[in-house]
Amino acid sequence: MSEPLVPPGPGVPPEIQQEPPATVASRLAVWEQAGGIATPLFTALLAFMIGGLVVLATGHNPIQAYWDILKGAGLDWLAHPTHTDVADTSAYNFSQTLLQTSTLVLTGLAVAFAFRCGLFNIGGNGQYLVGLYCANWVGVSFVNMTRPAHILLGIGAATLAGAVWAAIAGFLKAAVGAHEVITTIMLNWIAYWMGNYIFHQGGPLQGPQNIPLNIPISGDVAHSARLPVFWGDADLQGLHIGFFIAIGCLVLFWLILNRTTLGYEVRAVGFNPDAAAYAGIKVRTNYVRAMAISGAFAGLAGGMDMLGYLYKFGTIDVQATTIGFLGIAVALLGRNTAVGVGLAALLFGGLLYGTTHGLQSGTIDPSLAGHLTEIIQGLVVLFVGADVIILYIWQGRKKLKRERRETDDAGQVPV
Amino acid sequence: MSSYATIDRVVRTKVFTSRSLGVLGICLGVVAFLVALPPIETRTELWPFLFGILALLLGVFAFTRGEKRVGGAAAVLGIVGGVMGALAIQSSSAKLDQVFTASLIASMLVFATPLTFAAIGGIFSERSGVVNIGLEGMMLMGAFWGIWGADKTGSWVGGLVIAMVSGGLLALVHAFFAINLRADQIVGGTAVNFLALGITGYFFVQLYHGENVPIGVSQIPDVNLAKSSNHGFFAASFGHLNLMIWLAMLLVVVAWIVLFKTPIGLRIRACGEHPRAADTVGINVYGVRYGAVVLSGVLAALGGAYLTVGYLNTYNENVTAGRGFIALAAVIFGNWRPFGAFGAALLFGLSTAIAIRLSVYSANASTLFQALPYVLTLIAVAGVIGRTVPPAAVGRPYKKQ
Repeated sequence: MSEPLVPPGPGVPPEIQQEPPATVASRLAVWEQAGGIATPLFTALLAFMIGGLVVLATGHNPIQAYWDILKGAGLDWLAHPTHTDVADTSAYNFSQTLLQTSTLVLTGLAVAFAFRCGLFNIGGNGQYLVGLYCANWVGVSFVNMTRPAHILLGIGAATLAGAVWAAIAGFLKAAVGAHEVITTIMLNWIAYWMGNYIFHQGGPLQGPQNIPLNIPISGDVAHSARLPVFWGDADLQGLHIGFFIAIGCLVLFWLILNRTTLGYEVRAVGFNPDAAAYAGIKVRTNYVRAMAISGAFAGLAGGMDMLGYLYKFGTIDVQATTIGFLGIAVALLGRNTAVGVGLAALLFGGLLYGTTHGLQSGTIDPSLAGHLTEIIQGLVVLFVGADVIILYIWQGRKKLKRERRETDDAGQVPV
Repeated sequence: MSSYATIDRVVRTKVFTSRSLGVLGICLGVVAFLVALPPIETRTELWPFLFGILALLLGVFAFTRGEKRVGGAAAVLGIVGGVMGALAIQSSSAKLDQVFTASLIASMLVFATPLTFAAIGGIFSERSGVVNIGLEGMMLMGAFWGIWGADKTGSWVGGLVIAMVSGGLLALVHAFFAINLRADQIVGGTAVNFLALGITGYFFVQLYHGENVPIGVSQIPDVNLAKSSNHGFFAASFGHLNLMIWLAMLLVVVAWIVLFKTPIGLRIRACGEHPRAADTVGINVYGVRYGAVVLSGVLAALGGAYLTVGYLNTYNENVTAGRGFIALAAVIFGNWRPFGAFGAALLFGLSTAIAIRLSVYSANASTLFQALPYVLTLIAVAGVIGRTVPPAAVGRPYKKQ
């Protein structure tokens, strides 16, 4: 990490003593060292424990509350997975958890891909929103298309919109060095108010009503644009084929990063932009490209949600959506790898559904538990950000091991 | 080519330098918006567009001749002024005299005040070298615990104190992770925002069942400089402002003096520009950064508390609704300087005030005014209007040797 390579001393020239600036790559290297599934697990466990303390302090039973959340997420269904009928509560809850997981996989990938290029894409929410808008526009218009074409067009438009929205930040980074965190935050809010404009009373895409409403509300996505549902009932928010798209994207993410030249360049820039430039990699092009691919994942998430189960604005308060922000926690907890993002998305998907709609409990109020998710999410991000603690622990252990090995070696009698 | 030569010759004469043409463009950009307002109140969109395009052309002209700051500003103002002027006309024909009144100034100050508090806090934190994305969360903490404190202690002073403590505590978490553990400051700030959303939401449900903040909680008083019978310009704009608004203006001056005229300010800025050098001359970098970050939390919380205890006198879930991010934008737009940030906060406050007044007449056009701060900041960081220069060591954790 930022440990100086040469110990400071009188004979060492000052330029070597200066520590290199902390880069995302060096942090990633820490994760690589800290390794395995142990650290994310430890992080998540710690976050859940502190969340439990909050629950305890406010006079509820934390163990009972977490058990109820687990049931609310439908994870008890895994005990009897043959009951696939969604009339069964646990089966229905589990299908809903997977529905949230699909979205979170994609918003998580959106953050993770940019991270691998050394960029912090905090704008997943904005990219998700423009995806929603475009999918809604395509789904409401073009009603005479055949179903596969309509779906493809809707998903494609959403993906493209997300890619373009993120590429603005990538372009500004490449062209004038504007920090991507600032630009993506601004783009998030521009996307938010743009949606308010488009779907508000007098806006170009407000849905057809008898009376114009003074809220953002859209038209219904035509049936030809709706994604096929394979588990449950489409009217009851069944699990749509977007789930498989999300799984496919996990594979795609891994393939792009580890098996293509593009991925190699992206990772090289992420590890050290200067070294990458020295090796002839176009750093600026890669910034734009990585952001566009990131945005495409988030835009796809928006398109899938709109065509998969939301169908319109106003059915739930899309304006208040934070699923794009949750992607940050998913990516960080999943260590920006495909498998990790998948698992972290499942955890947060379960938490998201289990603490709100799925929760049927006398122990803890669902509106209370919903905020517990936010607290846990915050703690996870906080602890993951503090990789240095884990590094210390890890290095300490390694040192101990090495010392032990050395003493073992010394103790052996030479033959 | 000869036509270019002619233009160049005209430009080379003293009066029409590219700079003066750029300044003219800036003026025209402002005029493009002003023609839509009461004294003139043109009824067609033609005039804003015309002036806007003229300003844009002059701006591009000046920009390409090396006057990047002036030219860029003129181009941006041309577009923004033209579009906003046209929108104002479209959205509220014949109602504009009700939108642009003297009380708009009061309204602008109301919306600028939370931003000012948080932005000044952000300046202290970032000048000391710690990025503070968590301003939003710290504001939210101040907003909730402020109203809770005012409710429980029965006095707005108690509310403000508790708000400051809550914001300071959250900032302490950020400071500990950013300074001692050298965690990524942006990740930490994001975490702080989530945490604040969760904590305030959780306790809002736990303590008030998500809705029932008592009515008539002690409120921060107004400063009445004019009699209530007086309806003049001064009375309507500055006569009945809240105490916190005046405090915010005072804070800007104090912050400027502290940052640029005192040894403390020099130390803070040194930690943000070159922490190693600061350490070498004996400045306690960790201490200074801790102080600055906690101060930023306290100030942001005051801004949040003004929203609930001073202005709304109640609390809704996530009441700050992105104001912390506008404050962050004001810090950047104001180039990490107190008066610059205050100017930006006024501009952003004005656009919010216009948006809220216009929403009665045209719901969707008003939302564009809500987006204006973000658009302007995006343009500012893109380097079109001058260059924003952050402190050199901002975002870099410092490790003692």
